[in-house]
Formats: sequence, structure tokens, C-alpha cells
Amino acid sequence: MSELSARQRKTAEPLGETKAEGAVSSIGSHLQTHVREYGMLIALVVIMGFFQVVTDGTLMRPVNLTNLILQNSYIVIMALGMLLVIVAGHIDLSVGSVAGFVGAVAAVMLVQYDISPLGVIPACLLLGILIGAAQGYWIAYWRIPSFIVTLAGMLVFRGLTLWVLAGQSVGPFPRSFQLLSTGFIPDVFGVGRPNITAILLGAITAAVLVFMAMRNRQRHTKYGMEGEPFAFFVAKNGLIAAAIIFLSYLLATYRGFPNVLITMAVLTVIYTFVTNSTTIGRRIYALGGNEKAAKLSGIRTERLTFLTFANMGMLAALAGLIFAARLNTATPKAGVGFELDVIAAVFIGGASMSGGVGKITGAVVGAFIMGVMNNGMSILGIGIDYQQVIKGLVLLAAVIFDVYNKNKAA
Amino acid sequence: MEPILEMRGITKSFPGVKALDDVNLKVARGEIHALVGENGAGKSTLMKVLSGVYPHGSYQGEIFFEGRPVAFSGIADSEKIGIIIIHQELALVPLLSIAENIFLGNEIAKGSVIDWPETNARTERLLKKVGLRESPSTRVDTLGVGKQQLVEIAKALSKEVKLLILDEPTAALQENDSQKLLDLLLEFKAQGISSILISHKLNEVNRVADTITVLRDGRTVSTLDCGAEEISEEHIIRDMVGRDMAHRYPERTPKIGETLLEVTNWNVWHPLQSDRQMIRDVSLRVAAGEVVGIAGLMGSGRTEFAMSLFGRSYGRNISGTVKLRGKEIDVSTVNRAIANGLAYVTEDRKALGLILEENVLRNTTLANLMRVAKSGVIDNAEERQVAERYRRALGVRTPTVFQKVMNLSGGNQQKVVLAKWLFTEPEVLILDEPTRGIDVGAKFEIYSIINELAGQGKGVLMISSEMPELLGMCDRIYVMNEGAIAGELAGSEASQEKIMSMIVRSKSNV
Repeated sequence: MSELSARQRKTAEPLGETKAEGAVSSIGSHLQTHVREYGMLIALVVIMGFFQVVTDGTLMRPVNLTNLILQNSYIVIMALGMLLVIVAGHIDLSVGSVAGFVGAVAAVMLVQYDISPLGVIPACLLLGILIGAAQGYWIAYWRIPSFIVTLAGMLVFRGLTLWVLAGQSVGPFPRSFQLLSTGFIPDVFGVGRPNITAILLGAITAAVLVFMAMRNRQRHTKYGMEGEPFAFFVAKNGLIAAAIIFLSYLLATYRGFPNVLITMAVLTVIYTFVTNSTTIGRRIYALGGNEKAAKLSGIRTERLTFLTFANMGMLAALAGLIFAARLNTATPKAGVGFELDVIAAVFIGGASMSGGVGKITGAVVGAFIMGVMNNGMSILGIGIDYQQVIKGLVLLAAVIFDVYNKNKAA
Repeated sequence: MEPILEMRGITKSFPGVKALDDVNLKVARGEIHALVGENGAGKSTLMKVLSGVYPHGSYQGEIFFEGRPVAFSGIADSEKIGIIIIHQELALVPLLSIAENIFLGNEIAKGSVIDWPETNARTERLLKKVGLRESPSTRVDTLGVGKQQLVEIAKALSKEVKLLILDEPTAALQENDSQKLLDLLLEFKAQGISSILISHKLNEVNRVADTITVLRDGRTVSTLDCGAEEISEEHIIRDMVGRDMAHRYPERTPKIGETLLEVTNWNVWHPLQSDRQMIRDVSLRVAAGEVVGIAGLMGSGRTEFAMSLFGRSYGRNISGTVKLRGKEIDVSTVNRAIANGLAYVTEDRKALGLILEENVLRNTTLANLMRVAKSGVIDNAEERQVAERYRRALGVRTPTVFQKVMNLSGGNQQKVVLAKWLFTEPEVLILDEPTRGIDVGAKFEIYSIINELAGQGKGVLMISSEMPELLGMCDRIYVMNEGAIAGELAGSEASQEKIMSMIVRSKSNV
């Protein structure tokens, strides 16, 4: 035994040096190793800047900014679930149809049966969970490829949407239901522009983020983990805080924070926490990284896959409700093609097709890249034809960028 | 004799590391030249330089083939003049037939229409040469690893090979398949084909090689001529590791306690073919502080037994009882098996043992995440401490625990797998080929870890295809054949001959 530890000590020495070198990495080398993490965030800022200039400042006008958030919310919300699905090594093509179907069911319940939104919303979320669970069942326990199960689901729920709506649009909805999407956080400091509550909320969020980042950094140094260079840390968090406060101010000069922004932000925080810090999150990554190894490590892979799809169903349902509430009507066309935007957002955000890799923040940034491009190109009056081409090329470029970086590292 | 190949002063650098530093290699015409060295010594890099994977210009130094200087810009160039490399990971298309694989990319065709009669006839001739009795139309995925290896060699022969390079050809092979392969090399030698054999198995190297070149840390350490004198394995090991390794197996004084694991009448049927019994009435026991081996040929059912025992991860209609310290335990799911004190280190660490994309830390805690979490939330600090503790205890060589395991060497990957299972605090560890494909130095470390575990009073059940390893490590050895226990030997009285004769005798009884 003593012989063994003596050998280990001998081999451990030179490693101590390499570690010390790593801890004082320069800003340049830090950026290089984390190029993918920051790359897309920088891309988002650049794209926003570009459209800000070419639209003569229309992009960042408070009205448009509010619009952009409303337009994007359902894509972001579904991207959260889709990230988990893709990390687990699967895909869900049915989310657009499911969102449309749930929106239709909600419309019929609200308009034709006059049920209160307080009953409709939970019932519809439950419906989403059941739909996700039904698809997840075949995928997890029967091992039918998710591509096929959800392709079937895509057709089935598209058809059911038409059937539920009888081919008609159903609306309008009661005001209380519309608030889900078009409501705003009221200003508790008197009705006014700018909306003080929004600015305060923004400032608090920024403060909390900075505080958490500092605490995290402290912990990291305490355990000798390699952290960002200090100057970089300060610059990064300063910029993020400034951006949040600035955007909050812009929104405050219009009508304040939309309700969906809060929903979206809270869900993003929850899912970031789940993926980073919980056992269930960790296990989803392990499942996607190597299912067999995960299984032999005692992880109940089937159940986990099943839950991932049930969760996706719930988020698709929520997205469907928000989308219907925003349009104030449920149409048979609602949700068509959403799945492609959602999946594209997740891949732009750096997730890997083969599973095991991807981040919630990446997916959210990816969704906003898509959203800003949609919005910016619409303002410029670029035709839907060119828009599709450009979006497709951006997706391809993002993934090529990924593969290029990976090859360079290897 | 005139050398067929001469590599002079080869230096190849990657950012930050010099993988090869002024390496010289001279292969005489018609000889078997063994290339040995620890993992990371530069063997594979050297062969990649030779075969053109690293094109001319990306390294310094010169290569002469048949007396002429050569400069390859890709693998096609080296194949054209007769240098063929067979990699450790076989490059066959599993769903195609033997004939299709052999002539893949090199089809015998008129225009673009394949001439099947000619293809099959030629394939048959090639198969005869390598001693594989299969039809050319047999699908490759129905063959075992040993036979697939022969298909690869037949493929090489189809290309007019002058210099055959085999990278760890016997790593996945059973003793008798390995012997066959080595005999084949000797036969080729008689026909004037030169070969370079990369291997960790020194007994094989000693058996067939005419010359041995030893690499260490990217340099040529020595070139040993086997014709002139008998080269001892100890001599080669000394050159490889740069230190004297008096004992290949660390010493241990067994302190054997009460019986820990007791399996009785274990029966398992094939998961798909319901009438095929894979494991037949297997009964065995492992005591505290004891290292017990399971010997047997490939396909004897050792892995199937271990996997079926560990949470029914293999097979169906499993029956039999498992007792720990005399009390029956439930091992019907992996979770229950872990909770009841079993751990299983899989044979194939990359496919079944590790999440390669994840770091050392996350792999270490994976099987026992609950221990570092409070109500489902992982305590990062705690987790980090655990990972560091096991990294130190097992001597995992990695700059930090945040290194992805795919960047570690085989030996260090295996230590991470061991760390993962030690963290579940098992009473009995089942180790399936724990030293497969790792170098001599790392093997010694793994053996030391195994001994340490036994010293702590854990039971170790060790499956291995390398008989010397079982003989060197085990207190007791079960011999398994065709899914049943063919016999049991005390470590002190066991020998390779006795084990083989048990296998052979049990075969004749069936």
C-alpha cells in the first residue's frame, strides 16, 4: 500500500505544475477555450447591432422590443424542453402541432364551453403532459426512434387541431386569458412612463446575477478551480448587468415588463438550475452521453427519457396557450413550423445532435438569434423567401462553426 | 539484408508536445519487426507518419521504402506502394459481406458493374490464404472479432501488400485465436512479406519477432535482435518503462475472511434466442479479502454471467440465488445490485463504462450521485472533494478533474471507472478484463489497486483472458467453459496448462 502511494506521489508532482499554469490563464487563452460559450452571445449582440443600424434604430425601439419578446416567448419556452430532449439524445418534431392542438382545445373550452381560464390553463398543461408522456412511452419503453414517434405525433396533432376547431378560427378570448401573453406587470409606483417597477425589477435582476456570479467565483477560488481571468470576469458581468438595466429601461418607457417575459425568465432560471445543479439534470446528460454506461451506473434511463418527453409536452402546451392568447384566437394554422425554429434554436445554441452536450443559456440565446433575425428582416421588408434562406444558412454556419472548433481542439 | 523500410530521424510535434523525437526504425525485408512501448510512447504516431495519415511535411525526417525516399500525402499513397496498416479498431462495414468488405473501394468491375463471380473466386482464394473457412457472402457482423481480424488481413493481401502493419491485433482476441494470427504472420514471413507488429503482449512478441524496437516517450530506446540471443520479457519491460520492474504483479499476503458473495445455480438464457442457454448452473463464492479469477475462452459466458448478475443487464429467464454474507440479496435491477454492495467494472470501458464527453469529476460520481446531493441538488463543493479524493487515491494522471475523460490514456480511463465504482462503496467488485489495452506501467498500478481493495476486506471477482494475469493475481480461479464452471483451482496450484486442460476436458464431455 505504501509502495502504491509513493508511486502516485511521484507521478503527481509534474501535474501540480501544469495545473498552476492553467489557473492563471490569460484573457486571450480563456476566450479561446470558451469560444463556443461566448461566441453565440457575441453573435447575438452583433446581429442586434447590425439590425439596429440598418433599421435606423427601429429594432431597439421600446414598442418593437416588447413585440420581439412577445413574438419569441413561445419559441424560447419550447427550446427549454427541446434542449433536454436533444441532450438526452432524442428529437421532438411534434411540438408545433402539440402547441397548436392545445391552443385549439383551450379555445374551445374558453369560447364554446365558457370555462374559466383558471380551469382551462391547468387542464391544458395537464393535457400537454399526457401527450408528451404518451409519445415518451413508446420512445422510452418500446425503444421506437423518437424521430418516428414524434413525426407521427406531428401529423396526428395537426389533424386533431383541424378536427377540434372544425377548420375554423375560434376566438376571441376573455380578457383574463389574454393577459397570459399581452398583460404587463403594472407599475406599483403609480401609472407612469417610465415604468418604475420594470426598472427596479431589472436592476434587482442585474444585482442578483452579479451577486451570484461573485459568490460562484469565490467558491471556485476556494476550491482551487480554474476561473476566468479577473479583468474578464468584471468586464463580462458589468456588461451583462448594464445590458439588463438598459433593456429594462427601454421596456419601461413603453408599457413595462410583459407577463410572458417574467414567465420566460423564471422558467429559464429553473431549467438552468435543473440542468446545472440537480441529479436529474446530470443524469440526462449522462443518458445522452452514453446510454449504456448510464444504465450500468444504476440510472433508470427509460424513466428519464419518459419524463423528458412529458416535460416537453407540458412546455409545448404552455407555448400553445401563450401563442393563442397573443393572437386572441386559435387557428388551424397555429404552430405550423414551430418545431423547426425550436430545434434550430437549440442547435444554434451549441447542443450536439448525438446527445450529451448543450446548455439552457445556449438554447435561449439561439432562440433570440432566430427571433431578432425574424424581426429585423420583417422590419426591413425582406420577403419570407429570403428570410427562410438566411435562417437556414445561419443554422448551418453555427453548426459548422461548432465542428470547426471541435476539430481544431482535437 | 537490405532494409525494406527505413525511417530516419522522425520528429513530429503537436502544439505543446513532441510526440516523436528523432525516431529511427529499420525493418529488414521479410522480417517480423515488433514495435513496443507504453501507451503514449509514440507507436501509433509513428505508424501514422509511416502510412501517410500525417502527410509529408507535417513531420521532420526521412522515410525510405525499398531504398527510395518516399513522401506520402495521404493513406492512399502508402497503400499504393504496398504499406498496409490494420488498426486496432477494425474498419469493416458490419452489414456488408466478407467479399464486399475485402474489395471495398477496390471493386473488381467492368465499367461500374461488379463482377461477382470473379470477386467471390478471389475472395475464396484470399480466405484460404488466411485460413478462414467462411463463405464470401457471409455478413461480417455475424463473425467473431477473431474472424473479422482475418478478414482485415485478407483485405490487406488483396492489395499486394509488401509491409503489413498490425496495431494491437490480438488485444481483443482469445488465446487460441491469437496463436492462429501469429502463425499466420510467420507464414507471411516465409512468403517474404515483412510486418510490423505493435503489441503489449510480450510473450507473443517474443514468440514471433525477429527484431524488437522499443519506444519510450517518443524516442527510440533500443533495438533488440532476437536472433542473436534470447531477449527476456524483463529486459523488454525495463526498456519500455525505463525502470526495473522486479515484479509484474505486486505482492500481497492474502487475509481471507468470511464468505461475502455466494451465487448458486445461476441460469441465464439468451436475450433473443429463447431456447439457447448461455449460463448453466453456475455456482461460485467470493470471500472477504479474496481475489477470485474466472478464466475461460472468449464466448465462454464470463461476461454474460457477470452482466446477468449485475441487475439482469444481460439475458432473460434468469434464475438462481445470490447471497451476501449468507443473506439472500435482490440484484434484479442495477440500482438494487449497487445498493446491495455489488459493483461491475465493464469489459469495454469506452462503450459501457464511461461518458467520454464528460469530465473526470462527473464520471466519478455518476453511480452514486445521491451521496453528493441533498434532496436532488448536487453539492458542487462536496462533489469536487470526492472527485479529488479518488483521483489522488487511484493516481489518475490528469491536470484537473475537469478534464474530459476522452482525453485520458486507457490506463487512466480505467482508473476513473474504478473510482466510480469505489465511490459506491461496494463489498464485492466484479472486474471484467480490468487491464485490457493498457500499458505495463498502468497495469501494475491497477493490480496494486486491486490488492489494496482486497486488503481492505473487499471481495474481488476478476475476469481476464490473460492467463498470466490471473495466475499472478488470484487466490482462487474458476475455469468457465460454454456457460458452465469447468473446474476450480487454488491460485498456488494453478498453471496455464491446468486451466487449458480443464477447458479442453470439459469440451470433450459435452
